[in-house]
Amino acid sequence: MAVESQSHPSQNHLPYVLILNKPPPAFLIFGDHFYNSPKFHFLKAYESPLPLPQFLLAHAQSVRAILSSGSAPVTADTIRLLPHLRLVVTTSQGLNHIDLAECRRRGIAVAGAGNIYSPDCADSVVGLLIDVLRKISAANCFVKQGLWPSQGDYPLGFKLGGKRVGIVGLGSIGSEVAKRLEAFGCSISYNSRNKKPLVPYPFYPNVVELAANCDVLVISCALTDETHHLINKEVLSALGKDGVIVNIARGSIIDEKELVRCLVEGEIRGAGLDVFEHEPDVPVELFALDNVVMSPHNAVFTRESLEELRKIVVGNLEAFFANEPLLTPVCLDDQPHFSG
Amino acid sequence: MESNNIGVLMTCPMNSHLEQELEKRFKLLRLWTVRDRSKFLAAHRNSIHADVGNCSVCANAELIEALPKLEIVASFSVGFDKIDLAKSKEKGIGVTHTPDVLTDDVADMAIGLILMVLRKFCESDRFVRSGKWKKGTFMLTTKFTGKRVGIIGLGRVGMAVAKRVEAFSCPIGYYSRTEKPEIKYKYYSSVVKLAANSDILVVICPLTEETRHIINREVIDALGPKGVLINIGRGLHVDEPELVSALVEGRLGGAGLDVFEHEPEVPEELFGLDNVVLLPHVGSGTVETRRDMADLVIANLEVHFLKRPLLTPVV
Repeated sequence: MAVESQSHPSQNHLPYVLILNKPPPAFLIFGDHFYNSPKFHFLKAYESPLPLPQFLLAHAQSVRAILSSGSAPVTADTIRLLPHLRLVVTTSQGLNHIDLAECRRRGIAVAGAGNIYSPDCADSVVGLLIDVLRKISAANCFVKQGLWPSQGDYPLGFKLGGKRVGIVGLGSIGSEVAKRLEAFGCSISYNSRNKKPLVPYPFYPNVVELAANCDVLVISCALTDETHHLINKEVLSALGKDGVIVNIARGSIIDEKELVRCLVEGEIRGAGLDVFEHEPDVPVELFALDNVVMSPHNAVFTRESLEELRKIVVGNLEAFFANEPLLTPVCLDDQPHFSG
Repeated sequence: MESNNIGVLMTCPMNSHLEQELEKRFKLLRLWTVRDRSKFLAAHRNSIHADVGNCSVCANAELIEALPKLEIVASFSVGFDKIDLAKSKEKGIGVTHTPDVLTDDVADMAIGLILMVLRKFCESDRFVRSGKWKKGTFMLTTKFTGKRVGIIGLGRVGMAVAKRVEAFSCPIGYYSRTEKPEIKYKYYSSVVKLAANSDILVVICPLTEETRHIINREVIDALGPKGVLINIGRGLHVDEPELVSALVEGRLGGAGLDVFEHEPEVPEELFGLDNVVLLPHVGSGTVETRRDMADLVIANLEVHFLKRPLLTPVV
């Protein structure tokens, strides 16, 4: 019996789904069976000793679909080496790691995570914001170090109710954030690529004006060429010394050096950050600050969301191979460009 | 009677703005600064007309008896479990507290604690600061949206918690002394039943004889190894040794606690648990709210000495 190898289709002709040079995060947490299906096999480039271009050349004829995650970009170069590629499924919310223009040119469909992450991302925004304003992580440390009996009352935090919240990017996540913070008595305003006619919140045409009129700035937009370093010195200055910024989108939307300087010098009140420009490297100046709360880009990593993700990833791939409609297709006509 | 001669006793340090304002208007006597309290009270028994306390020390029977000229007790808190209400009534002493001004902050803190326990922000912040992110991934956490929330006590703060929880699409159940027919949330006639049907249980009722240790072994077992307890009421609401052993043994999923039986002492067995968040009684601890509370204490004292109706008497 011939030994089955990765270079030839399996005996029962199951199609292959290519995973590029990094395994998806769920594999690291649950094991590499997480997205298994009886309808397809995975080709794992990250397990091969071959450099990626050579691996792609070796398997070019068998690959019609890619399973991508944020850490394994789908570049134009990769796409050009795979003439039969017709679908990219990504496990991430963001799409900035995929050359969407190239996909559009070649008629390659893209399927994303849909809205499954929106509640968890919005919950993260609220959690980070309350933590920064009310100093919860810091106070928890204070108690667990046994300092309460000797050092007495913990310093006061700041009230959330009544704060003006400005949301940059009022998509699915931004809308869920707005709904939650309204219940805390916050007032909502936003900036987005386009004004949304059915939305009751005030719209600001530029982020500087939004920042000047709010106490909390929430970043929940996509990373594109336009939004790279969107939050710069001018915006942070407009936000001001009583302002707080929360970012669960992409690190590069904020000019990180400038943010760090503002935080260290007290030019803004605080920050809640799930993302950074050069993850997992985080500016060390932030470690000394107690008005900053950080999380390791895990706003979506709850058990429940990953289970939802598993269903969507497997569902999209199975639908594709059965010539059925994708569950969560991304409309490529509308996507702004990110040159990376 | 000239204001500056009216003696006002303050039981412990609670807020410097309050102290300053009291000092401007009255003769302020700071009980915590003296070594021999009985001697001090005896020396000033005829000049103390008001007592300002908080949730640590306020006005027990002994203090009330020691101050024959006491006319008003103004608590810098919404809870009044440290005030002997029966004795106050007997002596015709007015009692005020600080409701409403702190409702939002305490409710915000309840949600904050839920998110901290479920999503582990405290631990993940430490994970990043320690450099561990460069070497590995953080553990998975638990989603809050959609979880079943049970609220014990549907007063001002309980309702404010419910309003916030609704925005997270959580089904809400409650336990209260009596069912409230106008409330749309599901009523449970016992705390055990509420706990058995909740993923997260929030304690926010007043502390009374009936509600002392309302969270006991039976309730903790009903909440179970995936359940989370949030206490923003009073430490005595919970049988603390039972809670500690349940958490240490994994019989309860997690806890967010702002109050303890013997503050500021906190059971050390809880310090190493990453599913437990501990806070130093800061439910109302914001600059804005403490200032509002202080202003309300002062306002109640002022109207009392002007012989006008109290603004926020304890009813």
